[in-house]
Amino acid sequence: MADAGIASIDLPRGSLLRAALRSPSFVAGAIVTLLFVGIALLSFVWTPYDFAAQDIPNKLHAPTAAHWFGTDQYGRDVFSQILVGARTSLAVALIAVTVGVGVGVPLGLWAAARRGTLLDETIMRLNDLVFAFPALLIAILITAVFGPSATNAVIAIGIFNIPVFARLSRAAALSIWTRDFILAARVAGKGATRISLEHILPNILNTLVVQITIQFSLGILAEAALAYVGLGAQPPTPSWGKMLADSQTLISLAPHLAIIPGVAIVLTVLGLNLMGDGLRDIFDPRLQRSRQ
Amino acid sequence: MSLLEISDLKLAIGPVPILHGIDLRLEPGRVLGIIGESGSGKSMTALSIMRLLPASATVSGTIRLDGADLLQKSERDMCAIRGRDVGMVFQEPMTALDPLKTIGDQVAETIWVHGKMNRRDALAEADRVLERVGLPAAQFPRTRFPHELSGGQRQRVVIASAIALRPKLLIADEPTTALDVTTQARILELLKRLVAEDGMGLIFITHDLAVVAGLADDVVVMRHGEVVESGATREVFRALAHPYTRQLFEASAHVPPRDPSLPGGEPVLTVDGLVRDYRVPPQRLFGPAGAFRAVDNVSLTIERGENVGLVGESGSGKSTLARAIMALETAQAGSIRIDGVPLDGRDLKTRRKLQVVFQDPYGSFDPRQRVDTLVTEPFHLLGTDAPRGAERRRRIDAALTNVGLAPSDAEKYIHEFSGGQRQRIAIARALIIEPSLIILDEAVSALDVSIRAQILDLLAELSDRLAISYLFISHDLSVVRSITDRVLVMKSGKIVESGPTAEVFANPQHPYTRDLLAATPSLERALAE
Amino acid sequence: MSTYLLGRLGSLVISLLVASIVIFLILEVVPGDPAQFMLGMNAQPDTLAALREQLGLDQPAFSRYVTWLFGMLHGDLGISYTYKTPVTELVLQRLGVSLPLAVLSLSLTILIAFPAGILAAAKRNSRTDFAVMGVTQFGVAVPNFWFAILLVWVFAVILHWFSAGGFPGWDKGLWIGLRSLILPAIALALPQASILARVMRSALLDTLEEDYIRSARARGLSQRATLWRHAVRNALIPVLTIVGLQFAFLLAGAIIIENVFFLPGLGRLIFQGITQRDLIVVKSVVMLLVFAVILVNFLVDLSYIAVDPRLRRR
Repeated sequence: MADAGIASIDLPRGSLLRAALRSPSFVAGAIVTLLFVGIALLSFVWTPYDFAAQDIPNKLHAPTAAHWFGTDQYGRDVFSQILVGARTSLAVALIAVTVGVGVGVPLGLWAAARRGTLLDETIMRLNDLVFAFPALLIAILITAVFGPSATNAVIAIGIFNIPVFARLSRAAALSIWTRDFILAARVAGKGATRISLEHILPNILNTLVVQITIQFSLGILAEAALAYVGLGAQPPTPSWGKMLADSQTLISLAPHLAIIPGVAIVLTVLGLNLMGDGLRDIFDPRLQRSRQ
Repeated sequence: MSLLEISDLKLAIGPVPILHGIDLRLEPGRVLGIIGESGSGKSMTALSIMRLLPASATVSGTIRLDGADLLQKSERDMCAIRGRDVGMVFQEPMTALDPLKTIGDQVAETIWVHGKMNRRDALAEADRVLERVGLPAAQFPRTRFPHELSGGQRQRVVIASAIALRPKLLIADEPTTALDVTTQARILELLKRLVAEDGMGLIFITHDLAVVAGLADDVVVMRHGEVVESGATREVFRALAHPYTRQLFEASAHVPPRDPSLPGGEPVLTVDGLVRDYRVPPQRLFGPAGAFRAVDNVSLTIERGENVGLVGESGSGKSTLARAIMALETAQAGSIRIDGVPLDGRDLKTRRKLQVVFQDPYGSFDPRQRVDTLVTEPFHLLGTDAPRGAERRRRIDAALTNVGLAPSDAEKYIHEFSGGQRQRIAIARALIIEPSLIILDEAVSALDVSIRAQILDLLAELSDRLAISYLFISHDLSVVRSITDRVLVMKSGKIVESGPTAEVFANPQHPYTRDLLAATPSLERALAE
Repeated sequence: MSTYLLGRLGSLVISLLVASIVIFLILEVVPGDPAQFMLGMNAQPDTLAALREQLGLDQPAFSRYVTWLFGMLHGDLGISYTYKTPVTELVLQRLGVSLPLAVLSLSLTILIAFPAGILAAAKRNSRTDFAVMGVTQFGVAVPNFWFAILLVWVFAVILHWFSAGGFPGWDKGLWIGLRSLILPAIALALPQASILARVMRSALLDTLEEDYIRSARARGLSQRATLWRHAVRNALIPVLTIVGLQFAFLLAGAIIIENVFFLPGLGRLIFQGITQRDLIVVKSVVMLLVFAVILVNFLVDLSYIAVDPRLRRR
């Protein structure tokens, strides 16, 4: 068997952290992600300037010592806006993922427990249907009636996340359901619900964790896109996507306005994806075998 | 000059040494059996000859085919040699064929890839090769896809693609292990015939001594990456000069000691007129849904302390019967009583006296739970009567001690145990609620022979000491013969023969039982010839 | 095969019906009185009454739904409230931009992703592989609209190779029309191609682990021949599923990208519909987009039959 330092997919979580720290992509991704989480938290207590304070005489400045990331068309400090924008981005993505996991995973587990029945079929067909509505279309429908807001963006991305997690947890659960230890639990008289909670859920957590990082990064991209077309957070709340929308017509005058928020988005998403890739490698049973 | 001559073959995968200097030799027209338990390096030896090793492998030594060292060949030369001079057949016929290509394409591929013919002629030739391996075009046109064939038929296709160019050497790595005994017998016949017709050399790799004894002219016994003994099959098996060969031989023929005082008295399990139907999806659109009767009016009784074997090939319904007894499936008719209490799938109380041990020692434990949680899982059947605290602790200790493990093992996780130890833990899990009957569903089939002998001893001892009955389900007749008092033979959902084990084996009544016994490779028979 | 086909066809029809019900409920039932909603709070009573009549609001919701449904079957999507023209005409006109853009970007996605993914898998762990994986790692993280802005900045503002936006119309010539779609298509395709290339690579690596690959090698096929003859086709099954899903993202992305380039496509139409509270236009365009996604996924299901013989018998 493997020496104690190697985490295998069939291994309890004790030695997982050590394995994780040995994966360069996980470490790099985690550092970048933590940086942005830190920035978002920091913005609650400190920003260099009031992000909404206008200073028209100093508008469209390139980055300087006073304004690290320059100023926008109203002379507002871009660095402060980036800090507060991180908050919006992460909050929207976080809530949307929570919605997706909270609704999708129980649905998927339920469908897997009743696999092959009408209930399973219905859940899966409804999932397929939601897949036909990209988050943007859901946002458009909601916005058309209720008007744009960050809340609507959260709802739209959250709804889109539900079938992602439902499908994934159903597929992962189905493969666990075929294992002999589930038969043993059934011989011990355990019902589907108890088995799903005691045996299935702990065994699909790895897969879910990887997908959570991916959906989190997709959430950030989706939030930015919605904000860009005006369906997300509304002024004065700063959002990276909105900042990009405002920068577009000023690109020849002040390219930094278009570059900085974009780089912020790319870095955050990159960090989360790297973390996800690292986790996937750590959890991958095939890579485990070759390491043993 | 020998056809194949391997000398001082060493292999490491990454930093881990696998083979420590293998020497073997094979003449044309002869069959060489390589025997070994898991981890002996027998498959890696075969893959070394094919040069199909993982990228991280380092090899040294020589592998001479007709005098030319294969280890010195370039990858391009090896591509020309594979399939043309050396063919190979693998263990798992269900996955060895590309599911998206026709069987004709896959056989023809061997022919045209070596530039012997254009693709059209190669397809015509594929027909002839398929006919040679027993798949005549009239019944098995080359346009069939693998999923339309059975396991045995697929293995014939794999063999056809390996021998299409009449290679000098054929390597077969456990080619019949995944097959039923009667299918195995026919595949072995086929291989023998091909060797005789083409005069090729055959390397046959297996863990099963009886198969080798009946097939191979010469034999090589491997352990831990080394050859421990080699020579003519009959001499090696008669002399049993090397202790490891002797150990393997004895473990294969092992009969655990049993308390001769007859089991008996009251019935522990009574099955009466059990029927289990499956719905079959309609063949045609909007056609009627069919039904498949997997268990057809089966009745049986097991008495206290009695060990009953249930044998049959895949699809015979033996697993379905077992699942119905375990209340994992609902029967359409009939009744099941355990200790006189009618089994009710929803009433946990009626299931307390019944436990099970599964085949796969790796898949039958939740990897995320500790051994104490794992073995106490059956306590769920006791509901509020389940022992707690010190009593629970005592029961865990007792169960682990009973199967030869230490009480401290309760703190460990399952990955810290070997296959044999895991099967002991599975038995401990079954014992912990003091059942009357344990269903052993192929419980020793996945184990190496020496480990298997130990587990069989343990089972026999527990049955005698604790008066537990077993329903021992297996496709392996020799194991059933060694441990059961009575045997049931199942075919197409029906029990076609039953009786005391010794009598049924000595004097089978039903033709199917006779077929099964005739197809089962036997060491004694092979050595007596 | 016919069972499978009819099953898919049935689920296509049911999906479309349920989708139309959802859209109808959100846009016509949730706002209460759509006419009031579209006109705003301080609308004149007589305009309100006129709109109500035009929308058929005196009818119960169910019969309005049925009317809408049958209208769609005849290609009648109603009259736009702001443009006062049939929505069908508007949509057809805008499709002239959106459809070529979608087709162009989907083809570009596949043309980039398949070779890149196959190359990376064939040369696993080589420098080529690391390069492809590195570039796609970035490609996945780049928002397409930001990439579009950067493209405009570099190729229109600085280099003047392309115009910064707008669409001259197809009547000016095929090339002139196509030229204004090139940057938008690239902006849409590259992030999606990055995703697809990674999917292709990992699907190929998965199939290369299969037993039948080893069998093929044992027959004398070289590594490259095995890849082309056995692995690619088997890997195509999971990859096709992703292509189907990606089409939805491409459509959504197109809506956004049309904004960056001021292209008069469905995306612009839908946003104008939202700001002008023209629910009829919003309803029709969303339905059309959902129809496109469901249809493409149906076509993907059909393509499985071509790839996988196991489906042909059912």
